[in-house]
Amino acid sequence: MATTLHSVLHSLRETKVWKSIFRRGLANTNRTRSLAVFGNLFLHWLPVKVREKSLRVRASYYLGSLSFILFIVLFVTGILLMFYYHPATPHAYRDMKDLQFVVSNGVFLRNLHRLAAHLMVFAVFWHMFHVFYRGGYKPPHQFNWVVGVMLLLVTLFLSYTGYLLPWDQLAFWAVTVGTNIISAMPLIGDKIRFLLLGGNIVGENALLRFYVLHVVILPLVAFLLIGIHFWRVQKDGGLTVKPRNDDGKE
Amino acid sequence: MEKNKIETGISSDAKKEPRRVVFVTKKTSAKVVGDPGPQLMTYPHLLIREAIAFQVLVIAMVLTALLWDAPLEQLANPLLTPNPAKAPWYFLGLQELLHFFPPFVAGILIPTLVVIALVVIPYFNVNIEGEAIWARRPSQNLRTILVTVIILLAFLAVFHAWTIFAPTALVAALLLFSYTVRQGREGWLNALATKPLSWWVMTWFIAVAICLTVVGTFFRGPGWSWYWPWRTHAG
Repeated sequence: MATTLHSVLHSLRETKVWKSIFRRGLANTNRTRSLAVFGNLFLHWLPVKVREKSLRVRASYYLGSLSFILFIVLFVTGILLMFYYHPATPHAYRDMKDLQFVVSNGVFLRNLHRLAAHLMVFAVFWHMFHVFYRGGYKPPHQFNWVVGVMLLLVTLFLSYTGYLLPWDQLAFWAVTVGTNIISAMPLIGDKIRFLLLGGNIVGENALLRFYVLHVVILPLVAFLLIGIHFWRVQKDGGLTVKPRNDDGKE
Repeated sequence: MEKNKIETGISSDAKKEPRRVVFVTKKTSAKVVGDPGPQLMTYPHLLIREAIAFQVLVIAMVLTALLWDAPLEQLANPLLTPNPAKAPWYFLGLQELLHFFPPFVAGILIPTLVVIALVVIPYFNVNIEGEAIWARRPSQNLRTILVTVIILLAFLAVFHAWTIFAPTALVAALLLFSYTVRQGREGWLNALATKPLSWWVMTWFIAVAICLTVVGTFFRGPGWSWYWPWRTHAG
């Protein structure tokens, strides 16, 4: 069975179609392995080689990667949830009930989205503190740290705008409490709050605005910043690792 | 050889006018690092690890999502205010701050300052070498820190901000303890003596943030009064 699969895969790699897509042979030499990375749109922002030390779990706990994975999970489950959601009152709440009682695996889908959202906030915070303690903000990584702080804010806004969408008591009052704080800003506080809510209270307009922010604007900003963030990791010379001392100890 | 004037600009003859090419300071730049150790090919060594991380995380999340349902309360009702009305957990630290300080300070000023402080961290090279706080002029540093800590704790006591006071006092106690063990002994507690100022500031910030968030999430009830989480809900 295993040998059959192996030979099928092998002959597949020999076909014209396969070669036209990947344009390289089997990734069994350093040259073809390099091509596998920089010849691939989705991998080309990675370095071809990485330090052995930066792969160790303790170097990063893979927190950046995990944050990105959570973002992808949120992206996929979020698009699926959009098929079942109307950003209007009180339809939004009825859609939650439909997810619960009508849609197949609707509760599971919502659970997964919510869980990933909370985990992402947690992972991004942890990632930032870990990078700080590792000294990952030091030259030449200064700007990437700043991009990271922006990504933290985008993550918080994404989570917060999503919090309103179920339109239940929990959502409504959490957002009311949060947006009331904006009013404390001198001079422009009330105006900013009005702009965000599309009115003076958390109502139908606020729901629509939070929805557009949550599913279009903030994900686009997040994708852009994530792209810059990853690309800069490579351009700035990879993860910060501690150099070996003369005695070979770290 | 004739010089290309456009390329080299004015007075580019290094023999006549020597220019500084590099300036070597006493402090070593962080860019100058030692041997970073051996390297591995990204494909497959990094990618296989990313794939495993992805799979472990997704499997764990799917299992959790099967067992643990997202909460859904009654339809939003602007006329029925829950007591207490709580923000999402990551903003409960801020809500806890609002309990102690005026809305402008707790809701606008402190968050803005925190974000600014985070952004400027890499541009203040106070700690490129990670020099221990007691490495130079220890007694003078101790005096400065004592005065700062006492003023800070007094300020927090005046505002009855005990949930900030407690983690602040804890971190301050560890900091003062690290002064007494600064003469290079082994062990994690003694390793505190090697930590730089920036480490202490960040640790203090995280300690306060965690304390405020945990208290805001689990220990606050109606009217934002102290509430033990094991007490049953009164409605």
